[in-house]
Order: sequence, then structure tokens, then C-alpha cells
Amino acid sequence: MKKLSARRRHPLAAVVVLLLALAATGGLYAAFAPASKAQADETSQSLSIEEGKKLYEVGCASCHGSGGQGSSDGPSLVGVGSAAVDFQVGTGRMPAATSQGAQVPRKKAIYSQAEIDQLAAYIASLGAGPAKPTSEQYSKDGADIAKGGELFRTNCAQCHNFTGKGGALTKGKYAPTLEGVAPKHIYEAMLTGPQNMPSFPDTTLSEQNKKDIIAYLHAIDSGESTNPGGLELGGLGPVTEGLFAWIFGLGALIAVAVWVAARTAKAKKS
Amino acid sequence: MSTSATNESRSRGKAPAGERVADWADGRLGIYSLAKANMRKIFPDHWSFMLGEVCMYSFIIIILTGVYLTLFFHPSMNEVQYHGSYVPLQGQMMSEAFSSTLHISFDVRGGLLIRQIHHWAALIFIAGMFVHMMRVFFTGAFRKPREVNWLFGFLLLVLGMFTGFTGYSLPDDLLSGTGVRFMEGAVLSVPIVGTYLSFFLFGGEFPGGDFVARFYSIHILLLPGIMLGLMVAHLILVFYHKHTQFAGPGKTNNNVVGMPLLPVYMAKAGGFFFLVFGVIAVIAAIAQINPIWAMGPYRPDQVSTGAQPDWYMGFSEGLIRFMPGWEINLWGHTLVLGVFIPLVIFPLVLVAIAVYPFIESWVTGDTREHHILDRPRNAPTRTAFGVAWMTVYFTLLIGGGNDLWATHFNLSINAVTWFVRIFVFVGPVLTFLATKRICLGLQRRDKDKVLHGRETGIIKRLPHGEFIEVHEPLSQEQLHTLTAHEQYTPAEIGPAVDENGVERKVKGAEKLRAKLSRAYFDEDSQIPKPTVEEYKEITSGHGHH
Repeated sequence: MKKLSARRRHPLAAVVVLLLALAATGGLYAAFAPASKAQADETSQSLSIEEGKKLYEVGCASCHGSGGQGSSDGPSLVGVGSAAVDFQVGTGRMPAATSQGAQVPRKKAIYSQAEIDQLAAYIASLGAGPAKPTSEQYSKDGADIAKGGELFRTNCAQCHNFTGKGGALTKGKYAPTLEGVAPKHIYEAMLTGPQNMPSFPDTTLSEQNKKDIIAYLHAIDSGESTNPGGLELGGLGPVTEGLFAWIFGLGALIAVAVWVAARTAKAKKS
Repeated sequence: MSTSATNESRSRGKAPAGERVADWADGRLGIYSLAKANMRKIFPDHWSFMLGEVCMYSFIIIILTGVYLTLFFHPSMNEVQYHGSYVPLQGQMMSEAFSSTLHISFDVRGGLLIRQIHHWAALIFIAGMFVHMMRVFFTGAFRKPREVNWLFGFLLLVLGMFTGFTGYSLPDDLLSGTGVRFMEGAVLSVPIVGTYLSFFLFGGEFPGGDFVARFYSIHILLLPGIMLGLMVAHLILVFYHKHTQFAGPGKTNNNVVGMPLLPVYMAKAGGFFFLVFGVIAVIAAIAQINPIWAMGPYRPDQVSTGAQPDWYMGFSEGLIRFMPGWEINLWGHTLVLGVFIPLVIFPLVLVAIAVYPFIESWVTGDTREHHILDRPRNAPTRTAFGVAWMTVYFTLLIGGGNDLWATHFNLSINAVTWFVRIFVFVGPVLTFLATKRICLGLQRRDKDKVLHGRETGIIKRLPHGEFIEVHEPLSQEQLHTLTAHEQYTPAEIGPAVDENGVERKVKGAEKLRAKLSRAYFDEDSQIPKPTVEEYKEITSGHGHH
């Protein structure tokens, strides 16, 4: 105690006290603050629709119309289902107001998952459509990876490339990369066919097929994938390989040649 | 007596083992005279003379690694089910070729590394040949007596392209299968015989069960065999002609200044081989190439975006991609111009550069031997032609990768394609003119340097207040180097009438030649190099003005 009082006039004492005070307040707040989660779970379906309607009127109605009937700036949302809402808003594509260019790009989502669920509930209430999948539907348990690869190459690779790295479409449109896209969103995209993508309803690609494709993508294009051989060079095939061979292969060899040629046995100067 | 006898017996005694081995070999192989003639062969020193070596060494690396790969590769299109260690393909049906390539990649010790060295070395080999060819082109090393060797080199490039293409097709993966399908489409577009040719090539309907085995023979035996022979011939001719050299003091058209083959170049070349091998091995160890497991086995009903050939075939992909899809239907037959025209242009692009030496020698009418290299600036029309050709080539490469340009630079693929369509015609004209102007500018600069010396950057103030920059005269060696090139005068058609006053008939070819010669060598196409008189007058003490 004596030690402490002896140092109470130390120049840094005020800083230490301030830090302690801040830590204490923060800790207390964290301990007693109301938990923010689980609100959506407890609200009833109708309440969630009502909340969703409010969000819709603020963020979406200017393009999609006050009742989701669509306008010259955005399509009708009647019957698109909760899967479409969850995909579009969850991947940040909607709201698109700030997006420019040939197609709406993936962005940071600006609504929380709870808000997206409310929006989805509201849109789903406008007319029946494909519903948001459950985690059971897109989990990779019980999926056949090899089958998924075959399905991917048959149905998806012509736009999204062998390993889902994306590719060009006409007039500046493109098939985006599938790297880092949540399995849920891949499932919803197949179900609803956003933007230029054709939709693959369960009659075309069964639930099991979708599951297989998602598991395949996880196996080849995620942190856990086995892809030996070194740097992937973007996974884009021979164009980047050729560029790499020219710049780093031949470039290095020419540098070596210059180096070797510069080190020559010179005749001694008299 | 006894001492001389022992001396005699010693000299008659056994020679050292090395000498005996050499003697044994010489008596049977005649190496001595061969070695005597060539061991002191002189090679000039310049880094660009080592580009051909890069090609030779990468070719050797390709052969060595290729032999290893043949030990494990099964050139068969029999359908098998995959049970190897790559999980995402387990249980899939695929050709034996594909499954054995997976086996090499995942289950053979060192297999993936050797595969990647083989493939990277192939890309570097052909890139090296391209750059080597450009070096020979821009320095005029193709002139007499080396025209035949130029053609040998050109053939090596073309054969290298096709060897590469057949090798790329062997694993029977989805990417290479698409490439083979592309080739089949091009063959099919040939009027009248296309279908027959395709059936002949694939032993029936594409893809059939034959092409991997056929491509295998072509890839490992036929083409590399021819290439090896051509490469030896190429080297023999380099020895026979002796190497060219850049102009410089002491270097004439009749000598070669440099270091002897043994020991200097043997050591250098041997070391350089390992450097090349090392660089390629490092690249193969750090960067993936052609990950066939990610592409999956070939099935004609599947295709992926971003399907391109290796870079050396990229310009043919560009030709197809920028071509509008024209076709003509006549009497129930379709002529697919959208594919057939690119197929016709494809060899023409290559032939354009191959025949250039003969066109140039026809225009200059020069039948002398040339062993001194040109600096590119001193042959402006040739240099401009070469740059224009490269413009076409690289524009087509951009066209071949138009989708990646679109996605990676946020462009519209239509805009990229239209750019290629226009620039492939406009580009070479622009670069031709620009290159010629740059060459002339550099010639003027050389002339200026010869006459006025080097700008030293030292500013001097004269008594009356004027500032001048001090120019330092060049050394005799530098003056020689900058003025050693010779300049042609344009060829004349000759008098319009013969000695009897009768109008002479001038052939069209002669007129064309005179016209081309003017375009090459009139005063708009070369800066007359400084004469001795000019130099004397300027350096005779009138100061720097």
C-alpha cells in the first residue's frame, strides 16, 4: 500500500486510473447490456412481416414500388420468394442504388441477418415463391463431391470457369467468382437464378444435386481444398500461365544471361 | 649405354592411362582432328547470343522430364473409374490417359514436380525461341549466308508449337479436350475435304478412342525427333558459318572476336545449363501449371469459360475470337467462313515473318555475306516491319484472352473484341510509322554524337555572357562503332531506252523492286551517316556550334 501511495503523483498515474476506469465501465456494460440476438426468433411471423414492411418502405420501395409491384427502376417482387431476398440482400447486391455498370456487383451487406429475415418474410407474404433453404439443405453432410464436380462442369463451368473463378459475359456483364460465397447463397442463386443466371429449380437440379455442387465447390475452392503444385495464378488457365512464363520464366532467364555474359574472362590490359 | 637404354625403355613404356584412353578413342572415332578444329572456335560475347542457348537447354530439360513422364503415362482412351487419392474425382469415369496423369500428379514420387517442370519448360522454350528469332530478325543476322539457318529456326518454332499443342492435349482433361475440339472444328471448316480429314485424324467421329494414342506418337516421337535433327543441323550451321558479332573496333566481316569454345565457353555454357534448369525448377516448384484435377476429365458435352490454349497457340484463338461468325449456305452445304478464314490466316501470320529475309535480299539485291550485325535503328524499315508484325501477333494474343481482359479490367467483352478487330489492321500501320520515326531519330542522335560529341552536362559561361554546354568528343572506338554500318542507295530501274534508243521493256517486278528499294533507302528512310569531311570540318576548331 505504501508503494502505491508513494507513486500516486507519478506522471503516468492519471493514465493508469483512466484505463482502469474505462475497462471497468466497458466490462460492466458488456456484462449487463441486453443481449441483441434472438429478438427475431421470438417475434411472431406477423410481427416480422410488419417490421419487414417498414424496412422495405425505407430501403426498397423507391425502385420496387410501394407494394412490391415493381416500377421502371426495378422488377416486381411478387412471388420471388424469401430465397431471392436472402440472396440479393445478403450478398449486398440489393439495395443496388449505388451500383453502376452492366450488372449489380456483390458488396458488403448493409442489413443485418435479422433485418434480411424480416424483409424476406414481408416479400414472401406478397406471393408464394422459393423459400430460403435450411442449413440442412446446403450442408455438405451426405453429399457426393465427385458427382457435384460432374454436375458443376455440366451446368455451371461454362460461365463460372472450372473452379468457379468466374468469367466474362456479353457487354460487360460477368459470372462472378464463387470463391468465398456462403453455401447458403450458392444454393439460393441456383434456386432463384439472379441477374443473368438461369434458375435451377428442384425439378432441374434436385436438392441432392445442389448439395453435391456446394460440397464440390467447398472441396476445390476453399481454404480446405487440396490444390497442390504451388501458386494457383488465379486459377484462370493458360493465359496467366503464359504471362507468368514470359515475365518470370523468360524474364529471369534473360536476367541470368545478362549476368553470365557480363562475367567474362577479359583479356588483361597491358 | 645403360643410361640411354633405360631412357629408351621409359619412353617406350606405358603412357599414362588418360592418354591411352584418348588414344584408343581417337583411333576409332577420330576425335582429335575434330577437337583440334573446334576446341579453339571463337564465340563473341553478348547476352542476346545466349537466347538460343536458353532454348536448347529448355529443350533438353523437356526431353529429360518427358522421358520420366512416359514411364507412368498411359496413352489410352479406355474408360476407367478413378480410385486414386484425389477425393473430388473419386468414382468418376474418365479415360486412362486422364487417370494416369492424375496418378502422376498425386501418387508418383516427384511426378507433379516433373510434370510442372516439363510444362513450364515447354512454355519457356517456345517463348525463348520467339525472342531468339526476334533477336536474329532485328539485328539482321538472317542475311546471307544464314538464310537456311533462319528457316531451320523458324521450322523449330512451328514444330515446337505443334509439339506443345499435342502434349497439352494428352492428359485428356476438359481444357485440352476443348482445345482438340477447337482444332477439329477448324479442320471441319475446310471446304469439301474437312469432314474426311476430321474422320481420318480421329479415326471416326470426334473424339473417338484414338486421338490420345496418335497424339502421343506425334508428341513423343515424330515431332521431337524432327526437332532434334533440326536443332543439330541448326548448331552445325552456326559452327560452320561462325557466329555473327556487333560492329566494334577490331571486328570485321572476316573475323570473329571473342572467347574460345574451350575452356571459356564450355564452362560458361555448362554453367548456364544448370542456371536454366535451376530457374525452371524453381518456377515449377512455386507455381502451378495446368492443374488437370481442377478441370476434370474431358466430356464432349461439357465446356468451361476461360478455355484457352497455351500462349503459343493463343494467336490462333485470337483469330477465331475476333472473326465475325460468317457463313455461306449453298446447295445444302455450309461454308463456315468464321472458322475457315482464321484457319487460312493462321499460317500466313507465321509465314509473313519467315519469308521476310528473302524479300529483303531481293529488295537490296545484296549478294555479299554479312557477319556484322545491324543495330536495329540502322535498318529502320526492317525494324518497323518487325514491330508491326509483333503488333499483329500480340493484338491477336489479346483477342485470344478477350474474356480475361474484360473481367480483369472491367471492360465489355464486345468492346475488347471490337478493339482487336480494328487494331489488328490499324495497329501495325501505326507502330510501323512510329518505329521508323524512332529509328530515324536515333540515327540523328548518333550522327549528332559523332559530329558534336557527348553532352557532358557541364555548362560554361562565355566572356560575353552566353551559356554553352561543353560537348566531349567521342573516342575513336566509339566513333567507329557508330559509323561502321553501311547504307544502301535506292535501286534504279535503269534507263528507259536501251543502247539502240529502243524503248526498253521494264518488268512489273523490277518496278516494284525499285519502289520498295526507294521506300527502304531514300532520304526519308535513313539519315546519311556523317562523312569524314563533315567530321573534319566540325572538329577543325570552329568551336561547338
